[in-house]
Order: sequence, then structure tokens, then C-alpha cells
Amino acid sequence: MVGVPFDLQLLNLCAALLLLLSFAMLAQRRIVNLVNLLAVQGAVLLAATLLLAWRTGQNHLYVSAALTLALKVVLLPWILHRLIRRLEVYWDTEPLLNIPGTMLVGVLVVVFAFGLAQPISALASTATRNSIGIAVAVILLSFVTMITRRKAMSQVVGFLSMENGLFFGAMSATYGMPMIVEFGVALDVLVAVLVLGIFFFQIREQFDSLDLHHLESLKESHSLEVTGSLEVDD
Amino acid sequence: MKPIELITQVLELIAALAAAPLFLGWINQCRAWLQNRRAPSLWLPYRGIRKLFHKDAVIAERASPLFRVAPYIVFSAMVVAAGIIPSMGTELPFTNAADAIALVGLLATARVFLSLAAMDIGTAFGTLGARREMMVGFLAEPALLMVIFVASLISATTALPAITENLATQHLGLYPSLAFTAVAFTMVLLAENARIPIDNPATHLELTMIHEAMLLEYSARHLALMEWAAALKLFNYACIGFALFIPWGVSTGEGGPGALLASIPLLAAKLAVAGVVLALIETLSAKLRVFRAPEYLAVAFLFAVLGMLVHLLLGA
Repeated sequence: MVGVPFDLQLLNLCAALLLLLSFAMLAQRRIVNLVNLLAVQGAVLLAATLLLAWRTGQNHLYVSAALTLALKVVLLPWILHRLIRRLEVYWDTEPLLNIPGTMLVGVLVVVFAFGLAQPISALASTATRNSIGIAVAVILLSFVTMITRRKAMSQVVGFLSMENGLFFGAMSATYGMPMIVEFGVALDVLVAVLVLGIFFFQIREQFDSLDLHHLESLKESHSLEVTGSLEVDD
Repeated sequence: MKPIELITQVLELIAALAAAPLFLGWINQCRAWLQNRRAPSLWLPYRGIRKLFHKDAVIAERASPLFRVAPYIVFSAMVVAAGIIPSMGTELPFTNAADAIALVGLLATARVFLSLAAMDIGTAFGTLGARREMMVGFLAEPALLMVIFVASLISATTALPAITENLATQHLGLYPSLAFTAVAFTMVLLAENARIPIDNPATHLELTMIHEAMLLEYSARHLALMEWAAALKLFNYACIGFALFIPWGVSTGEGGPGALLASIPLLAAKLAVAGVVLALIETLSAKLRVFRAPEYLAVAFLFAVLGMLVHLLLGA
């Protein structure tokens, strides 16, 4: 650690915190807390972006920091909180795997991600190249979050957290994506959340629940079953 | 062996033996204050131990020799452990014989004998306590080892004094890995010393007890030794925590008698602060159901592993 400048140490701390927050999301069952964790993750990402912008003097990173603040720290959590209140979904059901099991899977995923990122880090020339592994780990952990959850709400939070991971990965590998791509992604995410918000209402109207396993059975097979039972009745 | 090393060693052992009940009394006092109760005397643990030493021991008819020997083994394991941990100085003659992994083994030995003695009589409570203790132990031990491995990786040695010396003397830096492992260590400390999220030290004769259940059959000098050993264990864990995470102020290398003298009030200050923090954690958290203990310890293990992974990747 000797000789590592202090701002880089702070960046490393941010990276470690992002990883920690991903695990916290993996363990969290209350959806309100899940959204709060997402907001905190956005805030850590904001801090990392600002630090990197200040360190490298890349001015476009300030713009993306402002974008992160507006979108990921303020707007999206606010929309999600509103959705939670209006849909009245506060708890996710028991995840597919119990929490310690999910954690152990998470640790394996992190080991895999670090191995995966090793050659990429070797190729990158940025000061933050070591964090690429953490970014990949955050992305994969968000995947695990999405896989193990049943409620549509938590899956959306997992999706947004994955976007945070991608953003952090781009930042550590190449000091951020081109501005136009960043704006495009930001818009995509915003629209996705708005559209998914409408979807939630539709899903709930159709099935009286936000549990996604209702969506797994196909409509045709469902109707076949119904006709089958009718025949039996005859 | 230089005389100063011997003095450090003896001083550390005496300090551990003398201050361990005081540390326990201090935590109890802080807890009472935080809970708006009238605090018991700081010297209450000493009085309890003295009272027990003056009583006649009663031992169950079916007790095997193991039951009689166990308190001495547990107590001496804790004393030896106190000799290995660099709480005041890093130049300890004892530590050439045992490193941090041996220290974990020493603590495990004490646990095994405590559990065996609890099962020896054959009462339901003893067996129940022993089984719960083993469950907590087998989950907490990997977490503790992971914590030690992270510190060893940073300083490239498993000898505890060398780790302390390395961490205390090197350039001050932000170590996210050490921060993670510090959280893990605190969780392990609470679990291993039968403190609140896992076990409630203030209760006696409850169905959820772990540590108390194992001591139910002991009386007089055996019980006194067991309770003293429990206080020593808590003291030892606190000192391991200081050695790994706040090593500053320990007399190192060429410090001499001055540094050794200066380290005594510093150790006292660290213990005082640690006592307040532990009491605060215990007051703020509720006791977990026994079935939630694996979840709690899995989180501790996870923190330790995350610390190691972060260290391996970021070198921090």
C-alpha cells in the first residue's frame, strides 16, 4: 500500500463499498430497504466518478457524475418508492435459496468474476484497472439477485444495480463511456423503469400479485388445462 | 533472551489475569448505564470469583475425571493464549512457539474441553449447551481464521507480534480489506464470547442459553476458574482485535522500557473504549433465535472472505 496515492486509495474504498452493497442487496428481503441500498450504491458511484474526474481531469466525467446524481441517487429511487407505496409491496417472498446459501453462491460468483477480469485488467492502462474485477462482480451479483427473487420489484432493482455495475466497469476500464452512449443508457434506464412501472400495474391487475412465477406458465397450456378439466366434467 | 522481553511477557500475563474480570465488570457497568439501570460495582466479578474460591466444591456422582480436569485445562489454555497475544509489546519470548493459527487452535482446545465436560454429567442442559457451543464454534472459527489470513497476507507472516509490528510501523493507508475483516471480527467476538446477538450473558436458567448451560453443573473453585477463563477469553479476543486493527501504541522492537510503560495506559484506554462499544452494540441489538445463528455467522464469514478478495484484487 506504500506509495499508492490517497485519492486512489479512496477509489479502492469506493470499489470495495460497491461490492459490499451488492452483497447487502443480495441478503435484503425488504423491498423498501432494497431501494434505499440502490440509492446508496448510486451515491458511492457518484463519489467514485467525482474522484476519478478530479484525479484524471476528464471533464466529461463531471457531466456523468451529475447524471448519476440526478438519475440514480434521486429520481429512480423516488419513482421506485412511489411505486412501492402505490402497489403496497413491502416484502419479497422467501427467495429461492436461503440467505446463507445465496451468500456462498455470491462468494463463488465474485471469485469467478475476479478470475474473468484478470486478463482484462492486464490489458487496461488506467490507474483504476484493478477495480474492473469488482465491476464484473457487481454485475454478476445483480444477476444472482434477479435470479433468486420472485417479486417483479426486486428484479427491477437488480436490473438497475446491474446498470450501476456496468457504468463502474466502463469507468474503471476506460474512464467512462462516450458521452452520447452515457446519455443513451441513462434515457434507456429511465424509460425502462417508467415502462416497467406500468407493467407492474398490469401484472397485478391480471394476477392480483407481483409474484413473477405466475408469468412462467404459458397462456395456451393454461387454457388447455381448463378445457381438459371441462372434458372430465362432461 | 533479553530481560526486557521477559519483563514484557510476565507483565502481559499478569495484566491479562488481573484485568480480565475488570474488563467484564466495565462492560456490565456500561450496559447497565445504557439501559438506565443502577450499575453493579466494577469489582463484582472479582468478588464473585473470591467467593467461589472459598466454597466447597460439589461434584456429581457420575462425574468422570475429565469433569474435574476441564476447568484447569480451559483456564490454562486461556492463560497461554494471553501470553501469545501482543497486547503491550511485540517482543515476546512465548510467541516463537506459536503463531496466530496455533492461537485459534488453542481457543478451539478450550472449547472442546468445555463442551466435553458439559456432556460428561449427562444432564439435558449440559448436552444442549455443548451442542449449541460446537455449532457456533464450527461456524465462527473459519471466519476468525479468514480474518487472521487477511492480516497475514498484508504483512506476509502468520506470527501475531510480527503482524502487529508490521501494521503499527508501516505507512498509514486506507485498507478496505481490514475494515471488512474488522466488522467480521467484531461479529465473531460477540458470538464466541456468548454475547448478545447469539447468547445473553445476563440470563441464567433459560432455554436459549449456551454458555451458562455448560457451566450449570460446576460449583466453587471449578466454577470460579471457568468464569475467570470466560473473562480471559473476552479479554484475549479484545486484545487480538487491538493487535490486528488498532496496533498503534504497542511497544515494538527497540522501544525499551519507556515504550513498554507507555503502552500500559494506552491498553487501558483501548479496553475502556472497546468496553463502551461492546456494551453499545449489545444494548442496540436483540438476541437472535438459535436457528438464526448460522445466518449471522455466515455474514461474518462473508465479510472476512470479502476482505480477503478485496485485498487480493486491489492490493488494499
